Amino acid sequence: MAAELGPRAMFVAGGTDLFPKLKRRQFEVDSLIGLDFLPRAIRNRSDECVIDAGVTLAHASHDPHLNERFSGYAQAAGHVSSPPLRNAGTIGGNLCVDTRCNYYDMTYEWRKAAGFCLKKDGDICLVAPSSPRCWAVSSSDTAPMAIALDGLVTLVGASGERELPVTALYRDDGDRYMAKQPDEVVTCLRLRRSLNTRSAYVKLRRRGSIDFPIAGAAVAVELDGDRVESCRIVLSAVASYPLEAKAAEEFLKGRRLQEDVIREAAEIASKPAKPLDNADLSHFWRKRMVRVVVEQALARVSDQQPGLDG
Amino acid sequence: MRDVERVVLILDVNGEARQLLVPSHKTLLEVLREDMQLTGTKHGCELGECGTCTVLIDGKPQLSCLLLPIQLEGRAITTIEGMANGSDLHPLQVAFAELGAAQCGYCTPGILLAARSLLEENPRPTRDEIREALAGNLCRCTGYTKILQAVELAAERLR
Amino acid sequence: MRVVGKPLPKVDAAAKVTGRALYADDIALPRTLHCKILRSPHPHARILSIDTAAAKRIPGVLAVITGLDLPIKFGILPVTQDERALEHEKVRYVGDPIAAVAATEEEIAAAACDAIEVEYEVLEPVMSIEAALQTPKDERIQDYGGPNNVHKLVALEFGDVEGGFSRADHVREDVFFFQGNTHLPMEQHSAIATYVDGKVTLWSSTQVVHYVHRALSKVLELPMHRIRVIGAAHGGGFGGKTDPFAHEIIVSKLAMITGRPVKCTLTREEVFYAHRGRHPVLMWVRTGVTRDGRITAMHFRSALDGGAYGSYGVASTFYTGALQTVTYDIPAYRFEGCRVFTNKPPCGPKRGHGTPQPRFALELHLEKIAHDIGLDPVELKRRNFVQPNTRTVNWLRVTSCGLEECTDRVINASRFHDRERRPGHGMGFAISSYLSGAGTAIYWNDMPHSEVQIKVDRGGVTAYCGAMEIGQGSDSVLATIVAEELGLQPSDIRLVTADTDTTPIDLGSYSSRVTFMAGNAALEAARKMRALLVEAVEASGRRIDDVTFEEASMLAEARFGTLTTAGSYTPPKIAGPYKGSGVGPSPAYSYSACVVDVDADARTGLIRVNKVWIAHDVGRAINPLLVEGQVEGSVYMGLGEALMEEQAFRKGLHKWPSMLEYKSPTFLDMPEIETFIVETIDPEGPYGAKEAGQGPLLPVPPAVCAAVHDALGVWIDEIPVTPEKVVEAVRRKEKGEPARYGPQRFPPIPYPPTIKVEPPPKDAAITAI
Ligand SMILES: Cc1cc2nc3c(=O)[nH]c(=O)nc-3n(C[C@H](O)[C@H](O)[C@H](O)COP(=O)(O)OP(=O)(O)OC[C@H]3O[C@@H](n4cnc5c(N)ncnc54)[C@H](O)[C@@H]3O)c2cc1C
Ligand code: SF4
Ligand code: FES
Ligand code: FES
Repeated sequence: MAAELGPRAMFVAGGTDLFPKLKRRQFEVDSLIGLDFLPRAIRNRSDECVIDAGVTLAHASHDPHLNERFSGYAQAAGHVSSPPLRNAGTIGGNLCVDTRCNYYDMTYEWRKAAGFCLKKDGDICLVAPSSPRCWAVSSSDTAPMAIALDGLVTLVGASGERELPVTALYRDDGDRYMAKQPDEVVTCLRLRRSLNTRSAYVKLRRRGSIDFPIAGAAVAVELDGDRVESCRIVLSAVASYPLEAKAAEEFLKGRRLQEDVIREAAEIASKPAKPLDNADLSHFWRKRMVRVVVEQALARVSDQQPGLDG
Repeated sequence: MRDVERVVLILDVNGEARQLLVPSHKTLLEVLREDMQLTGTKHGCELGECGTCTVLIDGKPQLSCLLLPIQLEGRAITTIEGMANGSDLHPLQVAFAELGAAQCGYCTPGILLAARSLLEENPRPTRDEIREALAGNLCRCTGYTKILQAVELAAERLR
Repeated sequence: MRVVGKPLPKVDAAAKVTGRALYADDIALPRTLHCKILRSPHPHARILSIDTAAAKRIPGVLAVITGLDLPIKFGILPVTQDERALEHEKVRYVGDPIAAVAATEEEIAAAACDAIEVEYEVLEPVMSIEAALQTPKDERIQDYGGPNNVHKLVALEFGDVEGGFSRADHVREDVFFFQGNTHLPMEQHSAIATYVDGKVTLWSSTQVVHYVHRALSKVLELPMHRIRVIGAAHGGGFGGKTDPFAHEIIVSKLAMITGRPVKCTLTREEVFYAHRGRHPVLMWVRTGVTRDGRITAMHFRSALDGGAYGSYGVASTFYTGALQTVTYDIPAYRFEGCRVFTNKPPCGPKRGHGTPQPRFALELHLEKIAHDIGLDPVELKRRNFVQPNTRTVNWLRVTSCGLEECTDRVINASRFHDRERRPGHGMGFAISSYLSGAGTAIYWNDMPHSEVQIKVDRGGVTAYCGAMEIGQGSDSVLATIVAEELGLQPSDIRLVTADTDTTPIDLGSYSSRVTFMAGNAALEAARKMRALLVEAVEASGRRIDDVTFEEASMLAEARFGTLTTAGSYTPPKIAGPYKGSGVGPSPAYSYSACVVDVDADARTGLIRVNKVWIAHDVGRAINPLLVEGQVEGSVYMGLGEALMEEQAFRKGLHKWPSMLEYKSPTFLDMPEIETFIVETIDPEGPYGAKEAGQGPLLPVPPAVCAAVHDALGVWIDEIPVTPEKVVEAVRRKEKGEPARYGPQRFPPIPYPPTIKVEPPPKDAAITAI
């Protein structure tokens, strides 16, 4: 249906991202396609958990099985914005949430006064004027965690159904940040990790609620005895896509999660993060904080200490 | 101006089935206030950022400024006007009045509804659980202290 | 007392918890038109032309107006009538109103605004205090004031300041900056007007029905008796709704043109542009002390970033220098103040009006002096506390004063001197004072500041007063006072308030004046009514205590006919004998003391406030619930200002005019607050009451900074204390640089020659001059 309605049609699930942006005229649409018909169940199997795209963030964050097996995911869902918003916002919408920039998430009048930018109505980037691309920030809390947990999404579109890793949904481009076809609907998310996976999500934001992440670390670790067998570390809100800290993952393999190791891994993980001056607080400080959130997330999976918000 | 598309809807608001003819793009907030004269639901941003417009959908708090009525047929919508039982105030309303938890009163409808949803799920919330549950609702007057006390008092009386 | 002092519910509580209270945007009159305002996209520009023809042609548009329709200037202060409801010559900030549309639907009005063509000649914007002091590249923002973009300069000296410094054993100088922030009331401003039979009626979300009334009369060129202003239920002001606003004038004009009701509700973004919030203030202070910590002299300089218009700015400027002496006994004092224009939304009065900034500077400055001379800061401050029933060096009259008791309460409760010593943990202490109503009106006159009428008849008691309930509980205070005198309950009293047609004047809900002034007026009216009842009952051979209120009122009505009484309040004339002395005097000052407990992380700069103890001398708590509510709300706003709230600009634009990016603390960001009410029974307040709504905000920001210093050994001399500033200060400390974050210098300012004022004689009468 989306394919027939053309480029000026958009999907809407909970509407918590889309409606504010429509009101600010960041999107102009002729028609909205409600996704209320999507199923809304969480299906637990022995080795995986399948979450329908229509499941609300509140539902996911309270689900006992998710909390037990994929606690990092439940934490990430429970840290999105505020309680009333989580009762409407869906996990599908959270995977597809628009990238953010404080030159862009503004009303039409404000953007007009500032000068339009290339993500909408203009042709330059106001944050990095010499750059040909948009640096808007991936601000989903659950996407990094879904990637850390080796999540797979199912897409259904005009050309059929396909399943792909969550990472493959995103591109390093703040403007066209999704790699999927516009007519493809996310129908479910499949999380698979073995029984001894531990995961944690640490989110940095100014206030205890409502705010988007200004840095975040999603960590999933599998231990072999007390050594790391495999691990994934994915950062939120420091790039235009959920940024995987590959070097740090490599570094941790085979090591014990002890304080000095964690510190070094966090240091390595923070290297590729390049926050720009388009979100809350200074980008220098945010850069510095990446190390801290990674440390805290790793510490949490190693049961050493609670994180920033734990 | 483009012609606005209008839709016929039946909404269940405070237990009454109401039939409406409204532009399809109007938010629940606007429909409640402008088409149903239920002005107890307030607004502070209309962008999902302040919680003032909170109503209950099937008993759970949601932001009416980000909801479209067409998505809500068949769901139970509760606004502040539906909180009292006839002229008997809900124990939360009584406690808010008694303890001075409403100063300007503008955030009050949204907070009362969110608190009601909390107490229905969790009759014995700790202070931190109340804070968590109400964390989407800003209040600029009270510093939240009296609101927390009032929710605790109402919880006690409801038990 | 029967009802005074009791924690009774507010008289409007039921309306507010049921959603029945009608706020301005809730008022829906038949045939109402929607109004939208076109605003400037440029911070500074001349308007070359405005073409509204296309907008007028849009079906559903009933009127489009520009500045040519409303050319008369207005402003809250008589000396700065510099605003227009719509500008047709020049715009001075992004958001300055240019044209307005009335249409049948909001979307149509918005589309019509889009269709208005405006041609500008863009001018260089001036965005900082430093820039405003320089010669403008293009032209000045306003055509008065000066030099350059200076709006106002003052220089006053009381007593022998040089002599004071030469007597000092230690002299210290510091520079501080207090960033601007805004009120952020939850309710967006809203107004709706009708025009019937040649009369305008306006319902508005305002704190000052009377001043709106005056401004409408001036701009619409209608006599005041043809205008009626009614304060609708009010969703929060904090000083942000204390000016007459463009939209109030615009809807009135549009109602006059169209003959239909017209409503305008600002969007949240527009509320940020309406502003009138806290001035950003740069401050320099120099103080001399003796070896044992007694202040010998103080020299205080302030530079206020005023935004594009005058608003209350002249008063704000004086306020940054006025109240330093009301908490500390300063024998010689010099104040130099300066306000500049910049291309930003105008600043004005926010909770504490002009005094939280100097309070922040003063408290931290004394804290540093205490460290310098090796004295406990609490002790140093105590040694300088002002004494009750004295006059300050700048002629302010201090009567009741509970500073000592407030300090004891919070120091003991927090165990300040036995505080836990662990890394990153700290406590800070600060005090403050605030006016219980400004001693002078905004426009000069000899009339009362507040008036109350009471009517008693077979139906009961009605009290009429222009006072505006804005959530602070002014209606409840009026009802409580009348009820106390007449032997009734507050809920028995019917109130008619804030309606210029039916209620006698009250100047409005600002400067914490309502309880004190309207309260005294109510007390007078109620006592007169009680005297009538007593006389009538006694004439019938009985005693007032032996009859019911109904019986008494019937006897009195039979004896005297219609029963009405009136009371009014005019503050005593206590201002000093110098120009500028009108800002600062108040019939009474409230006092507060506060301790803040924090954990601060040296690595991340993140601060967690664990608890706040606050004691407030309110004179007498007419309703302790309301007093606590005001104190807790003040602490909340003080913490927001201390830690996160910031009206910031980037490239000429407000950086984040939204509730998401302008950070207001949530339930999860607020610590526990322990409030102590201190009663000093003021000789002139109603039953001894003073103010509670503003003073308790003031000590919070400096107490936070003192606590951060206690925790990490770094001074953050700039509000808000964001984590990046803390991290930077810690870095400097570790490198051996001064362990401080804050402004480096105070710019040279062309202050005028100082006016020297003789201090009051030592035995100056404290009752009147
Ligand atoms: C004040 C505020 C604070 C917020 N804070 C956070 C935060 O802290 N963290 C965070 O992650 N998000 C935050 N959000 C953004 C948003 O609310 C959440 O990301 C939410 O999960 C989005 O889900 P939704 O169902 O409401 O999405 P919608 O708004 O319905 O859709 C979002 C986007 O995804 C597309 N879409 C939705 N579902 C599908 C699907 N199944 N298949 C394909 N495309 C789809 C839509 O077309 C749209 O482009 C915040 C929003 C607001 C207004
Ligand atoms: S990063 Fe640049 S292009 Fe992208 S939204 Fe921000 S300003 Fe626009
Ligand atoms: S009005 Fe602010 S969240 Fe809806
Ligand atoms: S009571 Fe005024 S905003 Fe909460």
